[in-house]
Amino acid sequence: MNSSVIIFPGSNCDRDMDVALKKFGFKNKMIWHDDTKLPKSDLVVLPGGFSYGDYLRCGSMASKSKIIKSVIDFAKSGGLLMGICNGFQILTETELLPGVLLRNKFSEFICKDVFVKINNTENKYFKKINKQTLKLHIAHNEGNYFCTNNQMKEIEDNNQIALFYCDKKGEIKDEHNPNGSSKNIAGIFNKEKNILGMMPHPERMIDAYLSGEDGSLFFQNLIKNLK
Amino acid sequence: MKISVVVTLKKAVLDPQGTTIMKALKGMNFNNVNDVRQGKYFEIEIDEKDQKKAEDQVSQMCDKLLANLVIEDYKIIGSQ
Amino acid sequence: MVNEKIAIEHGLKKQEYSKICDLLQRTPNITELGIFSAMWNEHCSYKSSKIHLKKLPTKSNKVIQGPGENAGIIDIEDNDAIVFKIESHNHPSFIEPYQGAATGVGGIMRDVFTMGARPIANLNSIHFGSPEHKKTRNLLRGVVRGIGGYGNCMGIPTIAGQTNFDESYNGNILVNAMTLGLVKKNKIFYSKAAGLNKPVIYVGSKTGRDGIHGASMASAVFDEKIEEKKPTVQVGDPFTEKLLLEACLELMSGDSIIAIQDMGAAGLTSSSIEMASKGKLGIELNLNKVPCRESKMTPYEIMLSESQERMLIVLENGKEELAKKIFDKWNLDFAIIGKTTSSKKIEIYFDKKKVADLPVDILVENSPIYDRKWKKAKLPKKNKFKKEQFKNLKIVNTLNKILSNPNVCSKKWIWQQYDHTVMGDTIQKPGGDAGVVRVHGTSKAVAASVDSSAIYCWAHPLSGGKQIVCESWRNLIAVGAKPIAITNCLNFGSPENEENMGEFVECVQGLGEASAYLDFPVVSGNVSFYNQTKEVGIKPTPTIGGVGLIKNYKNMVTMALKQNDNILLVIGKTEGHLEQSLFSRDILSEKNGPPPEINLFNEKNNGETVLKLIDKNFIRAAHDVSLGGIITALSKMCIKGRKGAVLNKPKYLIDKFEYLFGEDQGRYIIEIEKTNYNNVIEILEKNSVHYDDLGIVNDNDLIIDEKTKVSIDDLDKSHSIWLNNYMSK
Repeated sequence: MNSSVIIFPGSNCDRDMDVALKKFGFKNKMIWHDDTKLPKSDLVVLPGGFSYGDYLRCGSMASKSKIIKSVIDFAKSGGLLMGICNGFQILTETELLPGVLLRNKFSEFICKDVFVKINNTENKYFKKINKQTLKLHIAHNEGNYFCTNNQMKEIEDNNQIALFYCDKKGEIKDEHNPNGSSKNIAGIFNKEKNILGMMPHPERMIDAYLSGEDGSLFFQNLIKNLK
Repeated sequence: MKISVVVTLKKAVLDPQGTTIMKALKGMNFNNVNDVRQGKYFEIEIDEKDQKKAEDQVSQMCDKLLANLVIEDYKIIGSQ
Repeated sequence: MVNEKIAIEHGLKKQEYSKICDLLQRTPNITELGIFSAMWNEHCSYKSSKIHLKKLPTKSNKVIQGPGENAGIIDIEDNDAIVFKIESHNHPSFIEPYQGAATGVGGIMRDVFTMGARPIANLNSIHFGSPEHKKTRNLLRGVVRGIGGYGNCMGIPTIAGQTNFDESYNGNILVNAMTLGLVKKNKIFYSKAAGLNKPVIYVGSKTGRDGIHGASMASAVFDEKIEEKKPTVQVGDPFTEKLLLEACLELMSGDSIIAIQDMGAAGLTSSSIEMASKGKLGIELNLNKVPCRESKMTPYEIMLSESQERMLIVLENGKEELAKKIFDKWNLDFAIIGKTTSSKKIEIYFDKKKVADLPVDILVENSPIYDRKWKKAKLPKKNKFKKEQFKNLKIVNTLNKILSNPNVCSKKWIWQQYDHTVMGDTIQKPGGDAGVVRVHGTSKAVAASVDSSAIYCWAHPLSGGKQIVCESWRNLIAVGAKPIAITNCLNFGSPENEENMGEFVECVQGLGEASAYLDFPVVSGNVSFYNQTKEVGIKPTPTIGGVGLIKNYKNMVTMALKQNDNILLVIGKTEGHLEQSLFSRDILSEKNGPPPEINLFNEKNNGETVLKLIDKNFIRAAHDVSLGGIITALSKMCIKGRKGAVLNKPKYLIDKFEYLFGEDQGRYIIEIEKTNYNNVIEILEKNSVHYDDLGIVNDNDLIIDEKTKVSIDDLDKSHSIWLNNYMSK
């Protein structure tokens, strides 16, 4: 399987994502934002970090990069496109995903382990995954998901919510919401479910000596679904 | 009264956001952009009918909290 | 026209100015005077500290580069090396906490990647005034956001740190930032220029009027006029620094660079002079070529600007195009601003006129050196604690009070705001004895810790200086790392005050003795004097950053208790030293007395034996015993592991408060399995290491004796509540 990770100026989880994808069998290429063509890919990833320093609005300037046009074309033709953290923010700025990510509720950067519940397994990302609740890691300042009531209705009607923040047992409660996200949303899909944006970093959970291995589970399952 | 204030970085202080935005605009072919400076905008509602007094109070708020005078300036741009 | 009055306004002393005129055999012009004032101030010249720093041990078979370069370098085998340094940004952080702390973090990272190393971990040691002081809360919030703002954006994990509160920092907070970088031994870059007519390149951000005379501010006592000094604070741009990092490393992967130096304090002045001085060459600069952010900047301003995120490079001839392409790709300024010459002078041109012409050795080798007067500190008399003083105390209450003490309590509120997991190699997060990151793609890991003990140093500088090195050593051993070397950040009051100078001299002496004995040399560091408001200096606060190697990261140890029925041992003798302990100061309100004694022989022997036990895989958990004694250390192990413990009665006659809360040095608590008990004891006895059977790991409760027990939930609450409450006010 071929994957491409886009590097924007200020991306800083690009290497971590490269390591993770390769560990689970992807042939990964790193693509510079100033390029205009994407290589043939089964998966395109917009990694985490601080593209353009998070200046103006997170992801706003990256969403105007030269490469983005081919990324949009790729996704519109059904290709798998995943944005993690800052990548998620870029996806909302390009309007490939609805809504925005606001400053965290207590307006502090948060770096910690969280539990997320998988809401929809009818897609290439989570199909047949053998766990409902994953322990992942977040590290962000703007992860507070917000959208209009109409957008929310559409999201729910189309079953576009990918992940909820929850507790160990999968209970979705206010007190497990780390950043004030509407309805505890940690990740969403587009209508067609080929585009996924999420705040948690699965690439930081791929090793028992780090915080855990639920990230491994995610990537192993993903590549299996792509084969 | 409602007082509007803009807080910006002082002219001589580096504005990393402004500079980066300018470079991005140029990258989008807005070639005649020479400089961009950004700042914060506040609207403050205050129980005070006298415009001068209200503005004085907002000035104090800027001095004490809203602006860091080490690196920032502020300007009251409207009172209604 | 330059005269003595203007020289004094630049922070030079009368004698220093006349020395300049004598050496030059003329009066300097204003640009030249500015250059002298920057090079000869305390921050750049180390004029008050040099003769004492020379006594520190700086060599071992692991040291590749000691003090004198941008950072120190140690060998971690297989052609890998670690570059590291700690630096202060105290004065700017007090004036503008967010930007001061942020640019401090940015500066230290530049020092590390200038040498060709990719930063792999950040640490910090921050000291604030009393929690009740009106400025403390905002300063803490600003500093933490600044550190996070810069480090998070750069994508470098902040893996450990230390936060202290003491009223002596009310008017002078301390912000010390440390960075570790990883480099291949054969790809290290230095600041020594070489070769004639080589192009001198300026890269990074543009130059503005930032921080002109920042280096002089770092060497000035604060007074009421501090407001006037405010415009010298710079704004950090971590985004540009991230680009600069990637661009520099890209250029470094080839063979274009002869020398490289970041523009830190005193900017273009100190970077160009340092490169020339080390290479015994001259440098010629044309300031019209320097990329400027503001119009009409004078040569004086360009030479002294402290705009951040800039580098100076001496390039091989013919590599200019290739280098420019890389910096263009990363959207950074690139300009050829001069060349190397054989003149051994710094020659500066502006608008086709020569505006400065100074021999390098006058600036560097002839810089003033002072042997300041200092006062020796006496060892304070021992207090005679009377048992009646303890009689009415309840152990559990006392323990809860100590766990919630601002200097002991959990700092999670702080480190949760730092990205500590980016780069995917952090295997020991903040909150342990030391932070640990893997050496990417290998089985090795590097441990690092920052420590200070201002109370001990204040009570007796010589003992305090030793203690702090030992504490750093213990923190590394407790995670299973072999300690290799240290970096130090020496924060003191005014060197012109005999008592403050005495504190400096004796702390450095103690530090040197301990690091020599432990073969734990000093490879880099920084001195910050004048942490003083009017007549009052801070408590002497040398901060030590220690680095050690874990050969196989799978052998790393944490402090969390692991398994019921495992045995707990205290390594090292418990005499019950209470003077200057947290118990004595916080519970008995007794601030006098000597700090605990350091026995370097025991320290080394105990530490090395614990490492042996770890190598043999006998240790399940370990933690060094420091502030708050055995019971505080054990409580933290319980909280981390969500386990309890049942304590044994001490086997010898000792007051229980002295036993539980005494701060004797050279001790660790270790957890071992029952089946390994005999093997462990044999090794301890063979190495003549004193040990005590502390107790057994248990569920849920810490049981101190038949009548005294406390649940882990309660301990956790006491430990975690204070800072959250404090910051939510």
